[in-house]
Amino acid sequence: MLNSNNQINNIPLKEKLIIAFEENSDKLLGKKTSHISKIKQKAFENFKEIGFPNPKSEAWKNTDLSEVLSKDYEQLFDFSTEGTNVEELFQCEIHNFDTHIVSLLNGWYVNPVEQITKMPDGTIVGSLAKAIDKYPELVEKYFGKAQKKNNNFAELNTAFAQDGIFIYVPDGIEVLKPIQMVSIINHEKNLLVNHRNLIILGKNSKLTFVQCDDAINHQTSFTNTLTEFFLEENSNLDHYKLQNLNNNSSLLNSTYFKQEKDSNLCTNSIILNGGIIRNNYHVNLNGEGCNSELYGVYLMDRGQHVDNQVYVDHNKPNCNSNQLFKGILDEQASGVFNGHVLVRRDAQNTNASQTNRNILLTDEASIDTQPFLEIYADDVKCSHGATVGQLDEEAMFYLRSRGIGEKNARMLLMYAYAAEIIDKISIKALRLRIDDMVKKRLRGELSVCDKCVLHCSQPDKEISFDIDMSKI
Amino acid sequence: MLLNIRNLHVSIEGKEIIKGLDLSVNNGEVHAIMGPNGTGKSTLAAVVAGKEGYEITEGEILYKGKDITILSPEERACEGIFLGFQYPVEIPGVSITNFMRTAINEQREYKGMKPLTASEFLAKMEDKKKLVEIQSKLTNRSVNSGFSGGEKKKNEIFQMALLEPTMAILDETDSGLDIDALRIVANGINKLRNEENATIVITHYQRLLDYIIPDFVHVLFEGKIVKSGGKNLALELEEKGYEWIKEEVERMS
Repeated sequence: MLNSNNQINNIPLKEKLIIAFEENSDKLLGKKTSHISKIKQKAFENFKEIGFPNPKSEAWKNTDLSEVLSKDYEQLFDFSTEGTNVEELFQCEIHNFDTHIVSLLNGWYVNPVEQITKMPDGTIVGSLAKAIDKYPELVEKYFGKAQKKNNNFAELNTAFAQDGIFIYVPDGIEVLKPIQMVSIINHEKNLLVNHRNLIILGKNSKLTFVQCDDAINHQTSFTNTLTEFFLEENSNLDHYKLQNLNNNSSLLNSTYFKQEKDSNLCTNSIILNGGIIRNNYHVNLNGEGCNSELYGVYLMDRGQHVDNQVYVDHNKPNCNSNQLFKGILDEQASGVFNGHVLVRRDAQNTNASQTNRNILLTDEASIDTQPFLEIYADDVKCSHGATVGQLDEEAMFYLRSRGIGEKNARMLLMYAYAAEIIDKISIKALRLRIDDMVKKRLRGELSVCDKCVLHCSQPDKEISFDIDMSKI
Repeated sequence: MLLNIRNLHVSIEGKEIIKGLDLSVNNGEVHAIMGPNGTGKSTLAAVVAGKEGYEITEGEILYKGKDITILSPEERACEGIFLGFQYPVEIPGVSITNFMRTAINEQREYKGMKPLTASEFLAKMEDKKKLVEIQSKLTNRSVNSGFSGGEKKKNEIFQMALLEPTMAILDETDSGLDIDALRIVANGINKLRNEENATIVITHYQRLLDYIIPDFVHVLFEGKIVKSGGKNLALELEEKGYEWIKEEVERMS
């Protein structure tokens, strides 16, 4: 735990983290001789050198972390459920949307029965910490191979993350039930969490993965989460990200996708609430014939800030990538969109499009949007565009002229605007649930849930997700 | 009298478009307003429906004896005023079904009536679809999104049939229609006609009036009604063109 006496308080966060790492290196590094341990040690050395990003740098000039980084945080180097009623916390209503739920509490894997499970078809789902222990060869083959090198927060995460979700889908296996990760932050004091997920899709395999980030109390937290996805040849990943956090939460969520030949990725982010949210998407199209669809919708108000950074690297020929991010910003909310498509010289016959659309409902709301193409191949089809506007006045009058009041007319138009993204959710039960949440969000009825974001829409139908405390 | 417009003057951004217009419409009547482009026909329709951006500098609009200019567009709609748009707006993401159910139930709430249940609404919708020969699948689509010109106008009349207004103003409903669509739209309007409601048909051409027989025809020119008459006036206009009116106006002034 970080020391929080006054003397230490004046020390910058970076220095505190260095002290914390050195004090807790046994817990953080595990067996010092292991491959993963070496990667972590190296990441620590890198972080020690580069520290936090320069706020004036291109990547950070529109998202100000100075306040987040000036706070004093605790870190939990051991798993603890102290102060949390786990049984109550992970109460979920599953009904129509039947998922395999994996849960994280303050970045630690929580499961009443076992830390990692191998299904009859060979699929492995469980704790990353446990996977490092039990399947070292599998983990070592992938760990750290998709993430960006020398990235401040990626290095920080690699050094400090002790646990998270691990999923391995063997070649040719189609995982029928979506796997849903519920990450909950609940702590009495300010908390800094680094957790990390590793998801591997073997050749010709298929997976639907839903990633939910929630905070249940109103305590300040800073989460730096990193997920690496490996899509082997001809695999299919359907990925959803749901973010509904309190206004005191800062979330830095980095997802790295490494795609091999003929693999398909569809990722869809639904961002409903959060103090500061920064999403980094990094797609590496590393084989021919890959397809990447990246969608996102953000609905922010009050002083909330959302930042989506999308980087698509067309490394090989004959790949398609398509980005569509849409947002509605109300009150003093601010947003950033930074899209970068890189088409390398060999990536002929690339099809890439990039679109960011925004509606600003007030004069104080703001958006910085920057779609960017960098093309070195000559036979490509690429397009990009960004729009910032208000709700369509003509459409407002049309709706009102039929008797629909101003408030409902605005709601219908905002909903319709978001629906373009929601409609792309291919699982019907999930689409309906999210649809309902978006409606609630627009009506101002969706508060930060005290339960998993997916299950808060029908509080009258509760099914509890029992956790036997004695087995943890 | 259902609608009584007296000495109406309307400006847009300081420019006067309607310059002293008088018009009276009684229950059960159909009025046609004709005139060349840019004389204020669509402005008149928009002002009665309550569109923002128009300033009434003089005169009044009384509907059922009450001044409606202080009412919002939605309140006017709930009071029974309907505007058929010349250019119906495309609203991707809002289905016609959702749109109309919201509209009907908001109007019912205004009138202190219970909302229609889903099945009551669907039954009503099925019934009205026949009126404008609208295809089933159209109502599941987003409002006007990707519709042909004919489909958009049929959709306007379909909405009118569902909302059952007392005072309908149809702004150039015939423009952009082929002869079959024109016949369907006109039939719809005729079937909705009764002794309680009234319709103002705004049109540039006489063509629509072959199908909808008006009780009165008015010629709007430079922001004023310069000539009124029976259905034969439309034929006269078709024959002589609007130049004839211009000359007559000039002679009088």
